[in-house]
Amino acid sequence: MATIQKSGTANRKIIKTIIYIVCILLAVLSILPFWIMFVNATRSTPEIQSGLSLLPSTHMMSNLRVLLDKSFDPIQGFLNSFIISSAATLCTVYFSSLAAYGLVTYNWRLRGPFFTFIMCVMLIPSQASAIGFYQFMYKLHWTNNFLPLILPAIAAPAVVFFMRQYLLATLSLEIVEASRVDGSGEFSTFNRIILPLMMPAVATQAIFAFVANWNNLFMPLILLTQKEKYTMPIMVSLLRGDIYRVEFGSIYMGLALTALPLFVVYFLLSRYIIAGVALGGVKE
Amino acid sequence: MRRKGVNYSKYGYIFTFPFVLAFLIFSLYPILYTAVIGFTDMKGLIPKPIHIMENPFQNFKDLIFDNPSFRKSLFNTGLLWITNFIPQMVLALLLTAWFTNRRLNIKGQGVFKVLLYMPNIITASTIAILFSTMFSYPMGPINSLFQTLGWSDAPIFFLQDKTTARGIVSFIQFWMWYGNTMIILIAGVMGINPALFESAAIDGANGIQTFFRITLPSLRTILLFTLITSMVGGLTMFDIPQLFLLGGPDDSTLTTSMFIYGQAFKGSFMYNRAAAASMLMFGIAAILSGLLFYLMRDRDAAKLKKAEKKYRTEKAAQAAVREV
Repeated sequence: MATIQKSGTANRKIIKTIIYIVCILLAVLSILPFWIMFVNATRSTPEIQSGLSLLPSTHMMSNLRVLLDKSFDPIQGFLNSFIISSAATLCTVYFSSLAAYGLVTYNWRLRGPFFTFIMCVMLIPSQASAIGFYQFMYKLHWTNNFLPLILPAIAAPAVVFFMRQYLLATLSLEIVEASRVDGSGEFSTFNRIILPLMMPAVATQAIFAFVANWNNLFMPLILLTQKEKYTMPIMVSLLRGDIYRVEFGSIYMGLALTALPLFVVYFLLSRYIIAGVALGGVKE
Repeated sequence: MRRKGVNYSKYGYIFTFPFVLAFLIFSLYPILYTAVIGFTDMKGLIPKPIHIMENPFQNFKDLIFDNPSFRKSLFNTGLLWITNFIPQMVLALLLTAWFTNRRLNIKGQGVFKVLLYMPNIITASTIAILFSTMFSYPMGPINSLFQTLGWSDAPIFFLQDKTTARGIVSFIQFWMWYGNTMIILIAGVMGINPALFESAAIDGANGIQTFFRITLPSLRTILLFTLITSMVGGLTMFDIPQLFLLGGPDDSTLTTSMFIYGQAFKGSFMYNRAAAASMLMFGIAAILSGLLFYLMRDRDAAKLKKAEKKYRTEKAAQAAVREV
């Protein structure tokens, strides 16, 4: 009996070691490409071409200079992306919370059908309507405008769905009743009492909406043709062009600059992001 | 007895109105518009008035029967999705089994989750260009690595080979998404009633038996959810293949979204053909969503509702009898 147990724990030790090795290898695999990116951003093109190195060099500023010389304007791209993503995120979380609150609190005749409708349109890909959307915006003279990238964010079915689940689990209608007794109007009840209560869910959804908008390539690529309107992902796509063909140092520099804000945000908020991903999966 | 009260139900309509309005303008109208364009001969830089073709289904017919590029893009999309989804699911399930096994008690799970999920948050465009630069020829980090390790003597032109190019695209997708899938599955396992695991342990089930007999069946809904959201995501795959190799070599990484984009916005202005392709894509996504909706409908809740209804009608019938 004792020997069986002993061999069992020995086995478990071997298995555990294997598991740790696999996990560490996967972690390295996650880090390595970005590590190479940041290191190569500080190396000169001849250094990069002479071989791989995991230690930074001293050519960061010269890479940056070459990059900025060639009409690559990361600050403009950053600002454009920031304006679009912030505005779209605000629209998404505010109006989705409002719609979810309307779904949970009030007993209206079309409540059931509306919920079914949200479930149905949740998975419609934006690519499927892109041609009609573009033609529509072209007629409105809204191409090269940020509005068509912001206003559609008001209708975010998946976020409404998530917020509804959150409200169903946390909201007690007595709070609403109490605020009515105190003479608060329905809108101010929502804005002053319910929205602050929903903050944990709002924050989670805001992070994901912001990142999704920030990383979106397809729609901005279709709608924005003027250089000064380019968002970060379109700017990144310029790095592929012929003007950087031989300037590897500055390509890595450009990539590093576009990825840096996301790394900062991720490491500051990673706990909430991981928790948010987990919630997204059990939402049904 | 009637209480004097305010009817609040109108606020249900008011609060959902912005959502409905934005949906009608920015989603429904463009979809219908796209569908209409699919039946027209709209092409060229200057938009013409809508003119339905004599055979309205001409664009669809041309795409399905006479357009090898479109068929190839559908095939590639399917292939790239399957070759990234299967390994992604296998690895995510394996990691889930390891991380949730209490007997193994793996430490540092928080750090591993943060690191394995990391590629998902970084802009796909950046990742695509990064990989295309790393695999560059004749000198790039991967070529240097291969030569340092002695795996190759001469530089390899990775991105010229169709299979390698497709393999790298699926690998990037796999690498970006397995962490996400893993976190969702772990959350799913955490939601399983612990009593199930306890009774399995009492019955003497080992780790593998517990995983296949208890964990996997309980995860059924979450697995389906992951499958279908991943399918719709894979169907619209754009950023990585578009920026990695622009669909090359020889259209081997051309996806359906790239086909639509290429037809309409890269100089050929074939809006009608792109719109018809979009509608076919929409059809596939709609079928997948319908499937998800059907599979995820709450069976227990539906049963409960039915029982309640039956109970109520019986009660009403009784009451009616009594009143008579």
